[in-house]
Amino acid sequence: MNLTIIILILIFSLSCFFFGKTKVSNKIKISRGKLNSLPKYYGYYLAAWCGLPALLILILWTFSELYFVKFIILSDFKADPTIDENKLNLIFTEIVSIAEKKFSGQIPQNLIPYAERFLSLKYIFELSKLAVIFSTILFSIFFSYEQILKNIKAKESVEKIIKSVMFCCAAIAIFTTFGIVLSLLFESIKFFTVVPIFDFLSGTNWSPGRAFIRDASTEIADVENVFGAVPLFWGTFFIAAIAMCVAIPIGLFSGIYMAEYASRKVRKIVKPLIEVLAGIPTVVYGFFAALTVGPFFRTLGEIIGLEVSSESALAAGIVMGVMIIPYVSSLTDDVINAVPLSLREGSFSLGATKSETTKKVILPAALPGIVGAILLAVSRAVGETMIVVMAAGLGASLTINPLEASTTITTQIVTILVGEQSFDDPKTQAAFALGITLFFFTLIINIIALQTVKKFREQYE
Amino acid sequence: MNSKQKEILMRKRYSAEKRFKFFGIFSISLAILFLCILLFNIFTSGLSAFFKTKLILKINFDEKKLGINMNTPDEAIKASNFNEILQDALLNLDLLAPDLKKIELIDIVSIDATYELKRFYLQNKDQLNKIVEISLTLSDDLDQLYKGNFPRDIPEDRRRFSDFQLKVFDEQNSQNKIITEFNFSFFKNADSREPELAGIGASLIGSLLTILVCLILSFPIGFLAAIYLEEFAPKNKITEIIEINVNNLAAVPSIVFGLLGLGVFLNYFYLPRSTPLVGGLVLALMTLPRIIIPCRAALKAVSPSIREGALALGASKVQAVMHNVVPLALPGTLSGTIIGLSQALGETAPLILIGMVAFINVVPTYPIDPSAVLPVQVYLWSESAERGFVEKTSATIIILIFFLVLMNSSAIYLRNKFEKKWS
Repeated sequence: MNLTIIILILIFSLSCFFFGKTKVSNKIKISRGKLNSLPKYYGYYLAAWCGLPALLILILWTFSELYFVKFIILSDFKADPTIDENKLNLIFTEIVSIAEKKFSGQIPQNLIPYAERFLSLKYIFELSKLAVIFSTILFSIFFSYEQILKNIKAKESVEKIIKSVMFCCAAIAIFTTFGIVLSLLFESIKFFTVVPIFDFLSGTNWSPGRAFIRDASTEIADVENVFGAVPLFWGTFFIAAIAMCVAIPIGLFSGIYMAEYASRKVRKIVKPLIEVLAGIPTVVYGFFAALTVGPFFRTLGEIIGLEVSSESALAAGIVMGVMIIPYVSSLTDDVINAVPLSLREGSFSLGATKSETTKKVILPAALPGIVGAILLAVSRAVGETMIVVMAAGLGASLTINPLEASTTITTQIVTILVGEQSFDDPKTQAAFALGITLFFFTLIINIIALQTVKKFREQYE
Repeated sequence: MNSKQKEILMRKRYSAEKRFKFFGIFSISLAILFLCILLFNIFTSGLSAFFKTKLILKINFDEKKLGINMNTPDEAIKASNFNEILQDALLNLDLLAPDLKKIELIDIVSIDATYELKRFYLQNKDQLNKIVEISLTLSDDLDQLYKGNFPRDIPEDRRRFSDFQLKVFDEQNSQNKIITEFNFSFFKNADSREPELAGIGASLIGSLLTILVCLILSFPIGFLAAIYLEEFAPKNKITEIIEINVNNLAAVPSIVFGLLGLGVFLNYFYLPRSTPLVGGLVLALMTLPRIIIPCRAALKAVSPSIREGALALGASKVQAVMHNVVPLALPGTLSGTIIGLSQALGETAPLILIGMVAFINVVPTYPIDPSAVLPVQVYLWSESAERGFVEKTSATIIILIFFLVLMNSSAIYLRNKFEKKWS
């Protein structure tokens, strides 16, 4: 349906373009004797006015249609004080699935009229969508045609339109951030009305599965005690720390070697090769960690008499560290290359060896940049999902033993939200609360990291 | 300080120098070693999935047992039962088998075998009432055994096939009745609960559709946004906010975009769950900043003299950018876009959250059909207990890596071919 409308709009726009380019510009030429823009700009002007408003309306309409349908259908239920918002959502989902004949199980008889109403409403909305869009097209063509005949400067107007379209594209970045923050906040606030934010941030027991127990007497008590996120924060930090123990030394030394020692030829081969590590999908690392590294540590542990669980923080952390190596090494390499040559030459002329120069002159000079690189890598490690989901385990515990299973924020988000979920469940909302914690945490690290790198760049450029 | 002490000091300094250099080489070799182990591991365990083991069986297409004749229309043949002739042929493998073992004999081949017979017959209707040798897919346990992925010398109760099945299998093998052939069905079939039938057809198409949606949305928007930010944006607060947003969004964990998709696209706009449409939308939002940043770099790399030349000839700013700068920057922006898309292709977590982990056993055709994607297929199969899925997972990873290598090398090719040095 929408595709047909889009194609129709495009056909209209195209014909407007040719109409404007030939007929309209000719007409103006005859009436005024001279054009103030090239003929094609008249075409662009008409085509833009024909297509853009219609497309905008189409997008807005499509996205808001169901919202209004829902509002109309549910207005009957709103009078009933026993039905709260969550229940309303549930009823609406049922009505939709009955209407689309996807409802499984016994169909509630009282909802059938609503399902029929839903279908007829949808039909009406589709028809009115068509009507509105095509009247918009006609109206805007008429309007722009009138404007053109008034000797409007077509080129300037077209350029203005192009610029504003570009601005809208750039502004999508802002909308995305807003969308993320609002959607996460919206669900998190619902969650924090059930579970106090302090309990969430300082509780040490995480077992959301128990929130399902819907016994009237224990429900509230349970919900209060099962959403303590400290074990998740600890697990996230712990695994990220193991990863950094691998990534920082290897990445740092690789970066230093590539920047200071390696010949141009070696560098040209080695740098892309290491960067391949960052290009491999994380799910591949997860598979490797779960199927090869985990069992490897397990057998290794058996040989030396240690008990290693097959899903361990160590396996996940080490594999994650390998993934992060290129983030550290490439940025270190860039940062060291940005340090001016004069510093090196000064040090060499005093008789320092290359390693002494690197350690005592270059690294201190490049330190802010390197710290920035490491911080960016930390934020990668914290937000990494697939490796920990597949290799780190699910049990939330406050352990400092890297050989035991450990769980992270991202793992819990995935575990909670995999499969069907209902939005009125505190468990689902807890996932969003975890999401917003993760978002802000990584955001803060990123801002600090980007600022330090930027400051460093400004210092030497 | 005498000369001896000096010499010792020098030696110390030189050995420190050597140590430092060695650490560098050691780290780089370690990183590359990891890469090699990873790839070697995946390739060795995955290559066998591209072949499948088949058993050559003498099948008697008996008219009476099939209940069909030469004139039976195709629909009736599709509805008829080929199980009986298959079972007869299998039981013929060991005529002395006791009744209890008969079911094990029948389990030697895959449950798809009757359909294979049906497909064969539909193409060779002249074989009615003849005895024909046909190769049929083996069950995945024996398939794994034949490929050497499963040890045969462990106790019977710890493997999924019995001693009796093993004996029959060895007999057939010694008569050269076991063959391997290229596993075309792996590329055609959708997911299945049976490892020998499961394929990546559905997830391949699903990935293609998802990336297509992502490309259609993210490239034009990202490119236009980059042009605006690089060429037209006035230096003011709004521009600054947009730039900060773009840079931060590029570093937001991908799972957060999944939450956005779930909370907004699915919960609020009621877009269809588990579809490439929503997957593409989410990935487009995620890829957008990763496209804007290289596109800006490509635009920046175009020499100012091009702009100035165009402006000097009387072009307006928009004309100068659109007619002169953009065509020169296009190859650079394309390679940036391809790299952004290759990251999107390997992305798993956000797609899991919008429900693309569902078990999909039909190949999708439109972006609004529920479907799986390659990386999620890897995740799904790796969680599954059956031994046969391990090689399938690795094979899927090989295909995924193949596409990534293809995309990245085309990006590098584009960059090298069209890279211009402005002097």
